[in-house]
Amino acid sequence: MLEVDGLTKSFGTNTAVDNVTFSVARPAMIGIIGASGAGKSTLLRILNRMTDATAGRVTVEGKEVTALRGAQKRAWQSDCAMIFQQFNLVPRMDVVGNVLHGTLNARSTLATMFNLFPAADIHRAIDILDRLGIADHAPKRAESLSGGQQQRVAIARALMQDPRMILADEPIASLDPMNAQIVMDALRRIHDEDGRMVIANLHTLDTARRYCDRVIGMRAGRVVFDGTPEQLTTGVARDIYGAGASFSEDSTSTAIESLDRGEARALREAEAAV
Amino acid sequence: MIDLAAGQTGKRHVENVQAAYLAMTRRKRLYGVVMLAVFVALMASGFRLADDRSAGSFADGIGNIFDFPGEVLREAGEKITLLPALVVKFFPSLLETINIAAASTLLGAMVAVVLSLLATRGLARWPRLIPVVRRLMDVLRAIPEIVIALVLIFVLGSGPVPAMIAIALHTVGALGKLFSEVNENASLKPIEGLHSVGASWSQRMWLGVIPQVAPNYLSYALLRFEINIRASAILGFVGSGGIGYDLKNAFSWGQGRYDEVAAIFLLLFGTIVFFDQLSSHYRNKLTGKA
Repeated sequence: MLEVDGLTKSFGTNTAVDNVTFSVARPAMIGIIGASGAGKSTLLRILNRMTDATAGRVTVEGKEVTALRGAQKRAWQSDCAMIFQQFNLVPRMDVVGNVLHGTLNARSTLATMFNLFPAADIHRAIDILDRLGIADHAPKRAESLSGGQQQRVAIARALMQDPRMILADEPIASLDPMNAQIVMDALRRIHDEDGRMVIANLHTLDTARRYCDRVIGMRAGRVVFDGTPEQLTTGVARDIYGAGASFSEDSTSTAIESLDRGEARALREAEAAV
Repeated sequence: MIDLAAGQTGKRHVENVQAAYLAMTRRKRLYGVVMLAVFVALMASGFRLADDRSAGSFADGIGNIFDFPGEVLREAGEKITLLPALVVKFFPSLLETINIAAASTLLGAMVAVVLSLLATRGLARWPRLIPVVRRLMDVLRAIPEIVIALVLIFVLGSGPVPAMIAIALHTVGALGKLFSEVNENASLKPIEGLHSVGASWSQRMWLGVIPQVAPNYLSYALLRFEINIRASAILGFVGSGGIGYDLKNAFSWGQGRYDEVAAIFLLLFGTIVFFDQLSSHYRNKLTGKA
């Protein structure tokens, strides 16, 4: 379904994405992990065609995405939704308006200037919001919502595009653990129920393990791990992040259960000390 | 586990939300149509009023609009070989005009920085004085430069100094307003940080606000400098020297001097282009993009 072949992106002398090759046979939920600056965001931006690759190509069902231009490129972008860390909604516009932006590729500039969206689209937008549990906020301004709610509006905008795949760039990095779980559950459900491919950049290993079918690890622009969550051991994680033996997932984990783990360990240590 | 089952709020409820939102959309569209109708009506009536008040009719006069530029260009074209000599001849008076503009922009901008900080909510030293400072800036903007210049020429005699003071006063009002809008968008967090270490008001402003807003200040000040070059050229008409004085002479001596008019316009145009390029260069440098 998706083939990424020798994808490279250089900024001057810096190589952000270095000869990345992988393929995905059928829709899956894929997590991409790696340290900041490993090229995760650039990779997603190239897939969406917001950034142009220096070399290599991306093929989706036989169509070479990296070669598209103009209207065809915009049509691909509407087929490949993007979710951002900072939500990237229009803050002063109401929630439904933001969700309706998902249909912009099919509308003329003049019609959108005068806010002439068909009633059917408005109904669908509110149905999607209801599916994500935020229909009650429909008429509010996007900026008045909490971070978790705003991210769900962004997911609703993505679903409004009715895309083949959803790219999520650190979707939970600015959310608290509770909202992070709601957002990740929503993304997983979109994959399970609609059969859409979801590719998410994640910054916590436990999230990747818990939600993804496949995990790709990147370091300095290269793919250094590609496997199932079970294969992602602490040793592998140390390699991906270039960390020493002192590296421990628990110390930065954002999962609520990890608190119990931390407490249990503290108890054990206390017992050992007695 | 958080329940995310579809339709959790009930079908009935969602339909209510949809109906309410559609009603709101229809109301907004109605407002939009009404606003558009009011706008069209105002444009039509305003145009007719202006046309009736004018000595000639707009429809009759529009055809003649290119007559004067055409005449100037024709004459300049005939004497095109004289243009370089004329450009050299008027260059010193251009320098005088730019000098007036530069001095007034610099003076005006310095006062405007202080007044803008005093007029910004959240930053002002004395919040109660904000309306006073703002009205002061309104007054400075409201009085046309040429009126101040005429009064000062009457008091001080003709020359560049009255023009400089007149333009500087207007600049204080105009830049003060623009600067204070820039200040409003500055983040208060660094100022809070400086507050927490015991910095005084002027230290907080100098170290917390100015670094944030300096690129915008600079670009507004350079824009104002361009406007002031033109303003100081106009003030030459009422006797403050500079290239405006030459322009007035070339105009009022009637036909036969249009090559000089063309040379002066060329100089002014070149000056504006030059300072526009200069300003974008330094702005990029300041924001670290270059």
